[in-house]
Amino acid sequence: MKNSCIFLLGIFLLMECTSKEAIEYTPVPFTLEIPTLLANKLIAPVIPANNPLTEEGVALGKKLFFDKKLSGNNSQSCATCHSPEKSFTNNRQFSEGIQGVLGTRNSMPLFNLAWNFDERFAWDGKELGLEKQALEPVKNQAEMHANWETVAEKLKASPEYPDLFLQAFGDSEIDSVLITKALAQFERTLISGNSKFDKYLNGETILTPQEIMGFNIFMDEAKGDCFHCHGSDNNPLWTDNKFHNNGLDSNFSDLGLGSVTGDTNDNGKFKSPSLRNLKFTAPYMHDGRFATLEAVIQHYSEGLQPSATIDPLMKKVSQGGVGLSLQEKASLKAFLLSLSDPDFINNPAFRE
Amino acid sequence: MKVLLFLLTGLLTFNACSSPEKEVGASVTIRFSHNWDNTPVTSADFNTIKFTNENGEMLSIERLRYLISNVILTNAKNEIYELSSYQLVNLGEGEIMLESNEVPEGDYKLSFVFGFTDTENTTGNYPDLNAASFNVPGMLGGGYHFMQLDGKYVDQNLATTGFNYHVIRAVNIEDPNNLIFQDTSIKVYLGVINIMATTEVEIKMNIAEWFKNPNTWDLNTLNTILMPNFDAQILMHQNGKSVFSLGVLQ
Repeated sequence: MKNSCIFLLGIFLLMECTSKEAIEYTPVPFTLEIPTLLANKLIAPVIPANNPLTEEGVALGKKLFFDKKLSGNNSQSCATCHSPEKSFTNNRQFSEGIQGVLGTRNSMPLFNLAWNFDERFAWDGKELGLEKQALEPVKNQAEMHANWETVAEKLKASPEYPDLFLQAFGDSEIDSVLITKALAQFERTLISGNSKFDKYLNGETILTPQEIMGFNIFMDEAKGDCFHCHGSDNNPLWTDNKFHNNGLDSNFSDLGLGSVTGDTNDNGKFKSPSLRNLKFTAPYMHDGRFATLEAVIQHYSEGLQPSATIDPLMKKVSQGGVGLSLQEKASLKAFLLSLSDPDFINNPAFRE
Repeated sequence: MKVLLFLLTGLLTFNACSSPEKEVGASVTIRFSHNWDNTPVTSADFNTIKFTNENGEMLSIERLRYLISNVILTNAKNEIYELSSYQLVNLGEGEIMLESNEVPEGDYKLSFVFGFTDTENTTGNYPDLNAASFNVPGMLGGGYHFMQLDGKYVDQNLATTGFNYHVIRAVNIEDPNNLIFQDTSIKVYLGVINIMATTEVEIKMNIAEWFKNPNTWDLNTLNTILMPNFDAQILMHQNGKSVFSLGVLQ
């Protein structure tokens, strides 16, 4: 009798630490394969405690990412505007929603999102966390224009999804919370870290003299001075994930971060995008105004527009910019292209 | 035997659910504050041209990040208690505090290093600083920024233009194949403080000092591209020595 009591006590104490659902079904933890360079140079990626990566969650997130049921008329999926072969963006200036309405911002590429330590997503930083970000495009009238309840009902009616949600979350009830959790899990696995420049840093290849010259211009405070906002050989994210006014306009038709914070000092500020995978992600800037990398470099060299909120890191604004020579511009472009990672866009784990 | 095993299992499980932390010593908190000649400065003061430096230029602050390292308390027996090996302070992102529960009560000398000494200023070895893009390019010897103070000033033509007061280890780059360095980190001694059961220490930065003592800073001549400017870095180093002071002790 005594032994039985103690046994029961042991079981009771164990139950204090584990949930009922976890006993019924325990998803398999997913191990992120982090490239050595990113592992060595950066702090650990952000994985929310309430949404750990699991094999089942990531697989479900991937299926959802490519599923057109998430749109109002079943014609668009997340991948419509965030296509793997384009580094999870598309090549349009503005994406077209299910009813032919154009958005006002360029679709952002998706990779290395778990290293966005401030967790402010989107060009204007309005989305705090990947899970919350995923809520928005589904209900946005200019995008997928759906109703979350309807989307959940469509998935519940599918022969596959209830079981997949049960396996991923221990719950066959499907709602926007679990759908966005799964999407966020998949998005956190989108890691790019095998560009030519990564290989160069790993000692696996060499750069051309032009690429090296371009890197030096990038890192030279008196030339490109790109590194203050766009990372470096020691910050392989190639972004600071912060918000800057990079001198695109003197008058703002889009307030960017300012529309989110309500602070006029933030007007015209947009997130520094990563410079990885530029080969696949044209057009450029928050409004896709530049069709080519040449146009982007030309902007920083000669096209800066003054305004009250232009970042002080923008040099020689009164002269239009840093004034690179033709050779310097070509070299900078060659270096920037070396940051592109074909393995990332061809990774079958990220394809439908 | 079985009974013992079950009891042990129970205890282990209980421990896994709750792990009380031991507190040893006094509760010490180091708080950083910023001022412009005794007028408090917070991120709410950013982006407005409201400060006037010693040379008479009006300016704004848009970004202020700096690195301190080796924050230590040393007692009379020369016993050292490290509060932080290094810390990036970013005025734009709220208050940074250093806390410890491991320092016994008593009198201590408080000191820290502004920036990294050469020994610690190793390229790429601090992942959090890498992620914060606080690195110094390899062509300037690598390592990390000590400070990034960005803003705008009204120049001699009354135009508003940017400045980047960036402090790094001084480097002479005249011969790119033979860089010559000078350690421009600053050892800051803030005097003796008495640590009681609960003590809060304020470390104050007077931002105006960067522009005036002993070198009156002329933003019209020294405004941007100061990282590769060896002489400018020496001037910053000299001015930085009077920037920090001990504030309120509670």
